[in-house]
This record gives sequence, structure tokens and C-alpha cells, in this order.
Amino acid sequence: MLKDITIGQYFPGQSLLHRMDPRMKLILTLYFVVLLFVASNLLSVSLGVLVVIVGYAVSKVPLRMLLKSVRPVLLIVAFTALLNLFFVDGTPVFQWGFLTITQEGIRYAVLICVRIVCLIAGTSLLTYTTSPIALTDGLERLLAPLNRIHLPVHELAMMMTIALRFIPTLVEETDKIISAQKARGADLESGGLFQRAKALIPILIPLFISAFRRADELAMAMECRCYRGGEGRTRMRQLHYSAWDYAILGLFVAMTVAVVLINRIPLPI
Amino acid sequence: MNTIIQAQDVHFRYEEAGQGSPLVLDGVSLEIRQGEFLAVLGHNGSGKSTLAKHFNAILLPMGGKVYVKGMDTQDEERLYDIRQQVGMVFQNPDNQIVATIVEEDVAFGLENIGVAPEEIRRRVDEALKAVGMYEYREHAPHQLSGGQKQRVAIAGVIAMRPDCIVMDEPTAMLDPRGRREVLKTIRALNKEFGITVVLITHYMDEAAQSDRVVVMNDGKILLDGTPREVFSHVALLKQVGLDVPQATELCHQLRRQGWKVPDDVLTVEECVTALLKELEVKHVRHS
Repeated sequence: MLKDITIGQYFPGQSLLHRMDPRMKLILTLYFVVLLFVASNLLSVSLGVLVVIVGYAVSKVPLRMLLKSVRPVLLIVAFTALLNLFFVDGTPVFQWGFLTITQEGIRYAVLICVRIVCLIAGTSLLTYTTSPIALTDGLERLLAPLNRIHLPVHELAMMMTIALRFIPTLVEETDKIISAQKARGADLESGGLFQRAKALIPILIPLFISAFRRADELAMAMECRCYRGGEGRTRMRQLHYSAWDYAILGLFVAMTVAVVLINRIPLPI
Repeated sequence: MNTIIQAQDVHFRYEEAGQGSPLVLDGVSLEIRQGEFLAVLGHNGSGKSTLAKHFNAILLPMGGKVYVKGMDTQDEERLYDIRQQVGMVFQNPDNQIVATIVEEDVAFGLENIGVAPEEIRRRVDEALKAVGMYEYREHAPHQLSGGQKQRVAIAGVIAMRPDCIVMDEPTAMLDPRGRREVLKTIRALNKEFGITVVLITHYMDEAAQSDRVVVMNDGKILLDGTPREVFSHVALLKQVGLDVPQATELCHQLRRQGWKVPDDVLTVEECVTALLKELEVKHVRHS
């Protein structure tokens, strides 16, 4: 039952996007978000839409994944669009009672819709094409300079790796505990919210105890293998920016120039 | 043969247990020789695991000394040298795998001691091949069986090229098939690669496959010798709550009934041969 949980939302593949350096993907994702907000008219923001479309086409991530990522924010998008539509001052184009729709209102509403949808779709593409491990790895190396200001980057990355490593183990364990408690007559399915929450206690307590015991043993095993934090540590897997990585970065820079230029073109709306 | 680990009159008590509690290790002296396959037997609470943790400075003796290749385990400067020389494998394979991919986990120890990336790659492949897990190098640990996970854990240790591996009941949580796999791997490491193996166990048949058996009881060493010598003390072993291999037990019972079978039988084959011989003698006598 709990076994179906997938970690993250990685969609395995061999596409160009999958093979990109995770550091570059992280940088470009951030870059993309900034670019979306720099684009201030409909034509320039449609460049963002283009990036998303090309990205999904190249990565071969199925379209339903795109829909899945956007669906949770649709309500927020609709709400923000409505607010913008009715409450932005400007030249009125439609009036009904106290409701006024202005030209600027329409513009902002469309702009914000496109921005949010592109934002979600674009950042989801990062997690669809990068395994959680590669992501952690990329983050660790990208943030490594922050070690100098005493941010425990390596420790954070190690915690994330261990969490990823133990999620399936703990899920399995939870399954076992649930079965064991059911065998002892625990009733997990009936009763109101409060009763159900209470029924979880005999599952959570053994789970926590076992998690602490595991942590203890793991710490000892790590010590036995000479673990002593990030200092002086090497890595088997080395990350390299390829020519492709730089080419795509170049493409983004060119796009920034285009966005800034297009922003200046006066459009009818 | 050279001594690799030397324990001299080691005393130990867990701090949490308080001052008045009995010693977990009460004057243990032991010399482990290079290339040896040593089994340490004892029932729960006999101090065998505690002793094992002294061999790579996870625990430090309260009294006495432990030397690893001449290095005192209390010397903090040599701590990582010691841990590199003496690897350790624990009972629960799940709780000793750190990384989310098999080969990354095998590389973990090497990364910690700062080996160059290409060298890590080479040694990881080598170690995975040695335990027969090379095809699984890109799997996630939770996709593997218990025996396979334990072999990955062993690969992680041998990638560090230790002189000695200490295994604390590595088969206790495995099914019979996993046990066989792991035991086969352990024996191969000892015979083919010449790695010294210290196997902490409570399975008599595992101990019977070693070169030398040490029996612990109440924090002291009770018996020390070849499996044959040790298991011939059937009465003494039973007294401290241990069994002997079934074949040994059978011969022991028969001897008490007046049969003339040897008292140092270890394996089923030996037992069969001895019984056949005895039956023939009886048959000749009758006819």
C-alpha cells in the first residue's frame, strides 16, 4: 500500500536535459524564473512559454506530467487573475454595476497567468529530469563556497542523502508496524478524525524508536568508514560542464537581450 | 605469522550502566594473526560484540591495551589509520548503507579518506566484483535482498583495502540463502585475498568453518583453539548456554552410550564416515 510512494518526481530518461550538469540546470532554472519576471509584455513573456514547450519536447517528459505539476496551482492562478482583472485601475473597457474591467487589468491578468504557469512548469522540468541524488549533489557543489561563511553545506547535503536513502526503509517499516498493530486488534479505519489520529500513536511511537536506533547504528557504521564531515573529502562522481551546458547558458543570455528589447516594443494591449 | 590485532588484559564497562555494574569485558587477552579466520562465539551478553568494537577504536578499553598493527587504539592521531586497517560489518545491512546507489555507497569510505576520483572508481569496481555485486552497481539498496545488501556492505569495507575485517553477526538477520551467500563471500575474501577475518557469531556451523574459535563467557575467554578442539568440550559449551554443531552433538551422545566414535567430529560427512566405520566394526563382531 505504501510501497507506491515515489521519491521526488524524477522521470528517468536519456535526453539532452537529463544529461545536463545538475549545477547548470539549477542555475538555469533560477535564471528562467528571473527572466519570467523581467519580461513585462505579452510578447516577451511568450518567449518563456516557448522555453517551456521546447524544454518538455526535448526532455520527452509526457504532457500529462506537465498538467500534473500545474493542476495544484490552477486555483491560485485563477484567483490572482480575477483580482488583477477587476482591481487594476486604467482605461475601462467593460462596466457592469460596480465591476469594472480595464485594459491594464486584462494585460496584468494574462501576464500573471502565463508567468505562474511557466514558473511551475519550468521548475518542475528540473525535478522531472534530475534525480534527487543528482540534485543534492549539484546543490552541494553549487553552494560549496558558502562553507566560508560557515553554512554547513556538506552536512545539509549528507542529511538529504540519508533521508532519501531511508525513506523506502522507513516506509517498509511503517507497513510492518501497521500490520503488527492490526494483528493486535488496532482499529485504524473507523471513527472520527480525532479517533483516527489517536489510532496513529501506536504506529508512530515504534516507528520513531526504531528510527532513532537506526540513526545510532548508521552513525557508528559511518564512523567505522572514517567519516569525519566534508573536510578533505573527495568524490567518485565528478561533475563537468559540457559544451552543451555552455551553449544553453549562451542561449539564455541571448534570450535575456531579446526580452529586454521586446519589452520596449509598444503593444496595443 | 605476524600479529595484526593484540588485546592485552582489556577491561570494559558501559558508562551508562553505572559504577557498580559488572564488567562487560573482564581481562580479555587475545592475539589475532595475519590471514587468520577467527570466529568468536558466545551467547548474548557474553561481551563478544563489545570486544569486536575494541578492534577498530569504536570503543576504548578502560583498562589494558588494544594494538592494531602496533598502533595503540587510544592514540587519537592514528584513529583513521586504524579504521582503515580494520573494517567493520554490522548485523543489520539496512543500517550501514549510507548512499542511495550501490556504487556510491561502496565509494563512501574511500571518499572519506580523500582518495583520488579515478582511483575510487577502480577500487569500487574491484570490490563489487570481489563480492559478486558488480551487475547491481546502479541499483538502489532497497531493491536488493538482505544477503545482497550485506555483500554491498562488505564491498564498502574491502574497497578500503583493510588488512582485517571484523564482522559482528553479519548473517543474523538473513534468510538461509543470504547466509550462504555472505558466508561464501567471507571465506573467499579470507582464502583468495588473504584478508584476516574476525567473525562474531552464534551459529555453530559458521564457527566450524573457521581456522580458530574463541568462546567468550561473562566477559572472559573460555576456550581458544581450532574448531575441533573447542567443540570437543561439549559439556563445557552446554554449561555456558552454547550448542555444538549437530554432528558433534550426535557423536557426543553416542559416545555416552558407549559407542566408540571420535569426539572431534565437525561436519556431517565426518559423522557419516565415523558411524559407518563403527557400524562395520559392530557388524563384524556380531557375525
